[in-house]
Amino acid sequence: MKTSFRTIALVFGREFRAYFATPLAAVFLLVFLALSAGLAFFAGGFFERGQADLGPFFAWHPWLFLILMPAIGMRLWADERRSGVIELLMTLPVRAHEVVIGKFLAGWAFTAVALVLTMSFWLVTLYLGSPDNGIVVASYIGSFLMAGAFLAISACISAMTKNQVIAFILAAIVSFLLVMSGTNLVLAALRGWAPAFVVDLVQSLSFITNFDRLTRGVLEAPAVILFLSTIVLALWINVQVVDAKKAA
Amino acid sequence: MQLVQASGLVKTFSRLRAVDGVSLEVSRGEVVGFLGPNGAGKSTTMKMLTGFLEPDAGTASIAGHDVFADPIAARRHLGYLPEGAPAYGDMTVADFLAFVGRMRGLSNAVLGERLAEMVERVNLAAVWNRPIDALSKGFKRRVGIAQALIHDPEVLILDEPTDGLDPNQKHDMRELISAIAPGKAIVISTHILEEVEAICSRVVIIAEGKVVADATPAALLDAAAVDGQRPTLETVFRSITGSKAA
Ligand SMILES: Nc1ncnc2c1ncn2[C@@H]1O[C@H](COP(=O)(O)OP(=O)(O)O)[C@@H](O)[C@H]1O
Ligand SMILES: [Mg+2]
Repeated sequence: MKTSFRTIALVFGREFRAYFATPLAAVFLLVFLALSAGLAFFAGGFFERGQADLGPFFAWHPWLFLILMPAIGMRLWADERRSGVIELLMTLPVRAHEVVIGKFLAGWAFTAVALVLTMSFWLVTLYLGSPDNGIVVASYIGSFLMAGAFLAISACISAMTKNQVIAFILAAIVSFLLVMSGTNLVLAALRGWAPAFVVDLVQSLSFITNFDRLTRGVLEAPAVILFLSTIVLALWINVQVVDAKKAA
Repeated sequence: MQLVQASGLVKTFSRLRAVDGVSLEVSRGEVVGFLGPNGAGKSTTMKMLTGFLEPDAGTASIAGHDVFADPIAARRHLGYLPEGAPAYGDMTVADFLAFVGRMRGLSNAVLGERLAEMVERVNLAAVWNRPIDALSKGFKRRVGIAQALIHDPEVLILDEPTDGLDPNQKHDMRELISAIAPGKAIVISTHILEEVEAICSRVVIIAEGKVVADATPAALLDAAAVDGQRPTLETVFRSITGSKAA
């Protein structure tokens, strides 16, 4: 597959800047910071635990991301289709996968900015005590990978419609299912009737279960592979959707 | 070699056959006016010519490159103004044109020259550093033209370049198109007839997805002449495409 990294970089640059073209980026970053801090401190018992660790902070990330990543990804393609810019973009001498990758990386980099801002909490725990920095680093990597998986799914769904709101809702639903698939609620419901290997499969695909493993400080290969392969698969489908829309 | 070559293009949307076997050839130096009533299939045909939309049947090539078998090569020779002149509203004119130029592979040195030429030719100096969202319709349309011209392509496909412009702006746009025409193959869709007489060397009229006339404006008028009296182009257009037109 021929690939122009220059094209990817150009699309990346445009899209990344586009996030900051409106005050929405600042609002988003503030909401993310406030929510992740608020949930960790008040709902997560950050203080009561009397421990300097970021576990309660990371524990909320699957739930935060299942709303926030669709919000970051929804405009990537739906807006191009609504405004008609897609017609201009896809008649430039570029390949669909270059644009898909450039857009995804822009959203992912924006997510990285949000995560880097939360590192202020890390500084607080460093001040309060001595957190296990290995665990914190592994958790951040896990969080970033999981966010990427949610984002790739959101970008892919965004390519299917010209309506950002629909893109957001559909992506949030799919993300919700991926998070829920690891909860006891779902697993218990399955255990009643599904064969054991199905239960195991559903559990092994769960974003929560896999993310939990990473936040315990071990960069386990299966969890990393799950998130990375979700990204690759979703982006591959994204390319197919962009190509297929030519015929519609 | 014909710079634009299309044969037997067909496109059906659910049950509606929007384009029904359109063939078109345009050689260097020609400015073809692509005419037809609203909904005749002009934009759909152009989307297939540019490779944005895949035809159900037929082929299209730009500068000898098939737009589907060899899309990258075909698109290098093509400048395209889609219907409604879409652009990234959050970017300034300068940033947007630079982005398109770079996506088209222009080096920084060449890009600088081309941008300077666009400011001059398309008359964009007044809005150069303004966000596109804040521009008037006339300026947006000009940005769309500049975007299509940034790499000095051999083939230009312009979907209603003067739509929504005031008479002065229309005049400027026609002057611009005439000025760049030599050495290029240009297809302009419009339903404004004086446009055609002003700048087109050939007229292709389509109605309900089919080509119903393909001639020079003069030949078209001569053919419809009664007692040596040429009718207006509007009369010809109306009689060819049915009374709902123009
Ligand atoms: N994406 C689409 N889906 C369904 N119908 C379409 C689509 N695009 C165009 N059409 C229909 O095809 C016909 C031709 O449209 P178009 O090519 O835009 O005409 P024109 O540009 O000549 O006004 C119209 O009846 C239009 O409603
Ligand atoms: Mg049209």
